[in-house]
Amino acid sequence: MAELTPKEIQTLKPYLEWGLTQKEYDYICDKLLHRLPNYTETGLFAVMWSEHCSYKKSKPVLRLFPNKNERVLQGPGEGAGIVDIGDDLAVVFKAESHNHPSAVEPYEGAATGVGGILRDIFSMGARPIASLDSLHFGELTDERTKYLVNGVVAGIGGYGNCMGIPTVGGEMTFDDCYRGNCLVNAMSVGLMEQKDMQKGRAAGVGNAVIYVGAKTGRDGIHGATFASSDFSDEKETQRSAVQVGNPFMEKLLMEACLKLTHEHADWLVGIQDMGAAGIASSSCEMASKAGSGLVLELEKVPQRETEMTPYEIMLSESQERMLLCVRKGYEENVIKLFKEFDLEAVVIGRVTDDGQYVLKHHGEVVTDIPVTTLTDDVLEEPSAEQMPKRLKEAKEMAPWTPDVTDAKQTLLALLQQPTIASKEMFTQTYDSQVRTSTVLGPGSDAGVMRIRKTNKALAMTTDGNGRFVYLDPEIGGQMAVVEACANVISSGALPLAMTDCLNYGDPNDPEIYYELHHSVAGMAKACEVFDTPVISGNVSLYNENNGEAIYGTPMVGMVGLIENVKHIISSTVKQAGDLLYLVGVKTKADFAGSELQKMQTKKIFGALNPVELTTINDYMKKLLTTMQTGLVQSSHDASEGGLGVCLAETLFGSGLGASVELDLTKELLFSETAGRFVVSVSPKDQVAFETALGEFATKIGEVTATENLAVTLTDENFSVPVATAQKLWEEAIPCLMKSKD
Amino acid sequence: MKIAVVVFPGSNCDIDLYEALHTVLGADVEYVSHKCEDLSEFDAVMLPGGFSYGDYLRCGAIARFSKVMPEIVRMANEGKPVFGTCNGFQILTEAGLLPGALKQNNSLKFVCKTVPLVVENVQTPFTHEYTNGEVINLPIAHADGSYYADEETLAQLEENGQVVFRYAKENPNGSLHDIAGICNERGNVLGMMPHPERAVEALLGNEDGLRVFKSLLTSGTVKTEGK
Repeated sequence: MAELTPKEIQTLKPYLEWGLTQKEYDYICDKLLHRLPNYTETGLFAVMWSEHCSYKKSKPVLRLFPNKNERVLQGPGEGAGIVDIGDDLAVVFKAESHNHPSAVEPYEGAATGVGGILRDIFSMGARPIASLDSLHFGELTDERTKYLVNGVVAGIGGYGNCMGIPTVGGEMTFDDCYRGNCLVNAMSVGLMEQKDMQKGRAAGVGNAVIYVGAKTGRDGIHGATFASSDFSDEKETQRSAVQVGNPFMEKLLMEACLKLTHEHADWLVGIQDMGAAGIASSSCEMASKAGSGLVLELEKVPQRETEMTPYEIMLSESQERMLLCVRKGYEENVIKLFKEFDLEAVVIGRVTDDGQYVLKHHGEVVTDIPVTTLTDDVLEEPSAEQMPKRLKEAKEMAPWTPDVTDAKQTLLALLQQPTIASKEMFTQTYDSQVRTSTVLGPGSDAGVMRIRKTNKALAMTTDGNGRFVYLDPEIGGQMAVVEACANVISSGALPLAMTDCLNYGDPNDPEIYYELHHSVAGMAKACEVFDTPVISGNVSLYNENNGEAIYGTPMVGMVGLIENVKHIISSTVKQAGDLLYLVGVKTKADFAGSELQKMQTKKIFGALNPVELTTINDYMKKLLTTMQTGLVQSSHDASEGGLGVCLAETLFGSGLGASVELDLTKELLFSETAGRFVVSVSPKDQVAFETALGEFATKIGEVTATENLAVTLTDENFSVPVATAQKLWEEAIPCLMKSKD
Repeated sequence: MKIAVVVFPGSNCDIDLYEALHTVLGADVEYVSHKCEDLSEFDAVMLPGGFSYGDYLRCGAIARFSKVMPEIVRMANEGKPVFGTCNGFQILTEAGLLPGALKQNNSLKFVCKTVPLVVENVQTPFTHEYTNGEVINLPIAHADGSYYADEETLAQLEENGQVVFRYAKENPNGSLHDIAGICNERGNVLGMMPHPERAVEALLGNEDGLRVFKSLLTSGTVKTEGK
């Protein structure tokens, strides 16, 4: 089929299907090019101006995030952010969403999500040391959801296990709003020596642009625009936009790239992953960042299918490919290095100094446009926003009060809610130990990785709670950051910085834009208070199915530093006789959006109470100091299911029990007031611990040798064998996954 | 004793073996490429876990044609210690240095967890620091770890004491006779699905695997049984 001519494009408007608006097309013709773009050029604009590549809708909001402090070596704008951790070392991390591909083809969607984020890490010169995920699905009673869960989990394991990168943490929640549009966010953490830092830039006239890795096929064409539009049952052709992964190829590519960046940095000018929008985005971003131009000869691009057009070559999202800019004269060295790993490396172009992006195909010029038109000239349009009606209504509603007649039965029922229940049946299909540095793996508050040749360790977590953001974007956004900080601190680590995946519905809907704007504002405020700048991230909009949006779900990926591995804290109690404390603000009636509300009413509603960020930061740092001086035996933060669930979880697998007396009613046992911890302390450290925490620590009981959880409330006493509770918690998900209805 | 850790394309537990031997035990150990055709300077060789050649075709089936393999066969025949864990075990069976084969787990899923094992042969260069019948806990992490051999082979393995490690409480993958690790008749070639190299440091919560490597390092001074 012959490509449409520029004139035919103008008349038939295929660009509308590719995601460019009429206004944008007109702007490109009239203001940027002063001519009609041809087919390839129009395709390039469509992908480069998609939300996925340009952040045109979210940019004004993203500017709210703090992204610097004295530790940040690289903020947003590169493959991943980089933070100084001392000893001339740095931690590199980023998260990315692969929601749309995973909803269509769960295995490959999730697998290539992992593959993509790993490339972002090693393109910076860092070796990936751990992966995490944040997964949100519909209810597990739905057969298609079970299929998606199985596929996504298998995809994450399939790719990560083969790469030999341990999957050490993450989260998985279930709510009906994700049924038609699941969220699959992957985070990768890497470690590097600061001297090895790389950037994605193409500079120096005459330097070579080298393509390395897998051959280019027709897979994933328009993946970026696909990710920037919503789902509907009418669109059945989207499967071709999903890529297929080959982790073995990526393992070779990673080892080769790390050898190049660590041993031969002098050959290299820049390196970038070919992710969304493939060669197009990687090449023009590398040129744009250096203020250069490029000439690429597309017939030289290794291709695995015949008769690919320039449009297809440029827009393909075939996986496991990287683009390098190599100093002139070192091309053969680089090609030889990749050959050692049985990988193809091909010079496909050169750097120029005229700022033009020139693509040739068998000698014919198929694109000749200024680089900046693709990367910098995107039309940023102010988006309309409007407070969703439900938020106004919620503020006027009387607070909902749960009806708890039997605290023990309520606790046992909560432990079986899929969002709370053990995820071991999934996490044990991930290799969480390869590379032998995992101190705390899946199931802990945070994954903890020791850093070889130092006394240090890194704690890492992913947290997103769409329910709270749905009920109050600003407070919900703050709570996501508080929860992530709590997980990191609970492991004994100082939160350093964060990455995010911002998952929302269609931003053209003013109510959705309001959610995006205000939740980011809430997160940004919390980041300021906790001094955790946002160093990288990803935006996934248009998460809708047949017009129904997901709960806006900002995922926070937080990394913290533990100065001495001796002070790594796990969540399970250690010894009978140790004292149990509740650390944090006073437990309030925080039931809106709680697991208890959802369990009892099958929905979530109501207004959220404000979060006392400064107070929380204050006592969290004090708690951290007690951990760093060896006063804390275990710590677990209370989240879904409140204090009741938290207490049970601290006992699971410990072979111990607890006897606890709380000045709370049975309802409040399940309130989800943010930023609370259950901490165990040896009796010999009682005075020191209480002095350090002051009013923020309340002694609530002690660890017992008898394996029961015995709780005295103001209006009920109960005791339950830990084994009984643990069995229900462990078997809930396997049981749901097996049942057919 | 100088030890080689072979790196195949797709090996990913090579670092774990290396660090266990080098950093934890201070042994003389080197990475060796799958293209290396001369291992004469080494006294023992270790095949790591991972996904050699992407586990394409069949786990270990391509690796066994690597250029380094004739040297490994030579060392095995000379009675030098040859060790394979996980993918390394699969490669040893594909290469015919150990009998039987590893099939996909009964669950059809990858499984990563710590399981109890009984040590049943303490007369190999890798196990003489354990006591017979001792139960230890080691991590497993594999999708294809279900040991299979025909009845005659199984009977021989049992009779010769070639079953070195056996799953103690639960069988995590469907292995026949609950087999977790076996050696050749001579006892110098050992393959096992569990990962002793992941259990060598208290910081990571488990040191039960350490004696596999301590045994190797002291094997020159201990007489191990062989034909």
